[in-house]
Amino acid sequence: MKEKFVTGVSVTAAGAVPVVATRLDPRDYVGILRARLGIRRDSYRIEPGLYAVGSPDERSEILVTSNYKLTFDTVRANIGGLDVWLLVLDTGGINVWCAAGKGTFGTEELVRRIQLASLDKLVKHRRLILPQLGASGVAAHLVKRRSGFTVLYGPVRASDIRAFIGARYRADSLMRRVRFGFADRVKLIPVDFVSGARYVFGAAALFFIAAGISREGFSIQHALESFFPSAVNVLAAYCAGIVVTPMALPYIPVRSFASKGILAGLALTVGLLPFHTLGGTAISVIAWFLFIPGLASFVAMNFTGSSTYTSLSGVKKEMRIALPVQLAFAGIAFILIIADRLF
Amino acid sequence: MQRLVYLKNVVTLTLKEDKCNGCGMCLKVCPHEVFGMSGHKAFIIDKDYCMECGACALNCPQDAILVRAGVGCAAALIQGALTGTEPACGCSSRKASCS
Ligand code: SF4
Ligand code: SF4
Repeated sequence: MKEKFVTGVSVTAAGAVPVVATRLDPRDYVGILRARLGIRRDSYRIEPGLYAVGSPDERSEILVTSNYKLTFDTVRANIGGLDVWLLVLDTGGINVWCAAGKGTFGTEELVRRIQLASLDKLVKHRRLILPQLGASGVAAHLVKRRSGFTVLYGPVRASDIRAFIGARYRADSLMRRVRFGFADRVKLIPVDFVSGARYVFGAAALFFIAAGISREGFSIQHALESFFPSAVNVLAAYCAGIVVTPMALPYIPVRSFASKGILAGLALTVGLLPFHTLGGTAISVIAWFLFIPGLASFVAMNFTGSSTYTSLSGVKKEMRIALPVQLAFAGIAFILIIADRLF
Repeated sequence: MQRLVYLKNVVTLTLKEDKCNGCGMCLKVCPHEVFGMSGHKAFIIDKDYCMECGACALNCPQDAILVRAGVGCAAALIQGALTGTEPACGCSSRKASCS
């Protein structure tokens, strides 16, 4: 399979190695956009193995990465002008950090790829540069023992690779820190918005049924006529959890994501008051003041998996407290809404 | 740079300083600057910064670090509980921050 990004072949003591471009072409950008929007993101992978960038030789550095195409593209786009080898591990098309967590970007796979690519024949030195985030899957001292290669953990971000090599394999503390700035968080919103849509549809379906209920029984006609405000409320709740919470993350003055979601949900519910979507009775307004923060809290809690600083122990702790609360809020709200329609 | 900090006093990270040989590996692999070094011994600056990624424990040649590693992802935990399997992160995200 000849990939678009392969521009030639480098013949080495370890066999023929494909040379890859360091400038992305329009297709690559389309791929990046699609992945960011959550379309086809699971099958976006390249062939694992050894690649060449520039004209590397037996003294050139070996960079290790995953076979998720977006990661591969990010790396090669950041090392234009360098002459290096690129060893791509088979992570099943998953990025380095996630794959390291699963162990597919791991000691086993790395040692196997070192042998498959005959790195001992390719280069005279015995160094590999790994992305720092690969460290949760790779034990450097075991790789050394089993392959003879020393693992150097490079920076977190590909854009710092050049500086890392230039500084003789030293990363300053900023290069070693994972960030979660505004831009990082905003980039996640589209994918999360799409992947969480089932919550909106589920909640909307329930309220559609509720909207059809009246003292005369259930009527689709009635549901269609009075469903709109509920739909707006459900959408607002979803947005509070999946758009507002990520964007305002550091500014919401509580630590657990579930609580951040509740506050964001409350804020949006207050914001909805002038639009009269919360209903005309006190009971209905109270119901929405429970439901919107409840759903927002649940959705925000799911954002823990997208963040870069939540621990498993912490998430377990907040879920133990928050899940029952969220369920209670939603349940009570739903009963209130139905009761409001019947009495 | 502002630092986002998650819940207080929950993480399972422990460091046995008597086993440490001061190699500095934990300082290099930790993405949240949890460790510092003082007189050839690593120490924990603030446990609450830790996300339990497990990189330090895996790369400590002295086995001086213990942490119950995992991914802090509520969706994965719910999925795991519903299907009765190990929580596995779907990793819809973390892509923005990975290289
Ligand atoms: S990796 Fe282990 S031995 Fe090395 S400094 Fe850290 S705790 Fe000490
Ligand atoms: S588990 Fe990860 S975040 Fe926690 S101290 Fe170790 S390397 Fe740092």
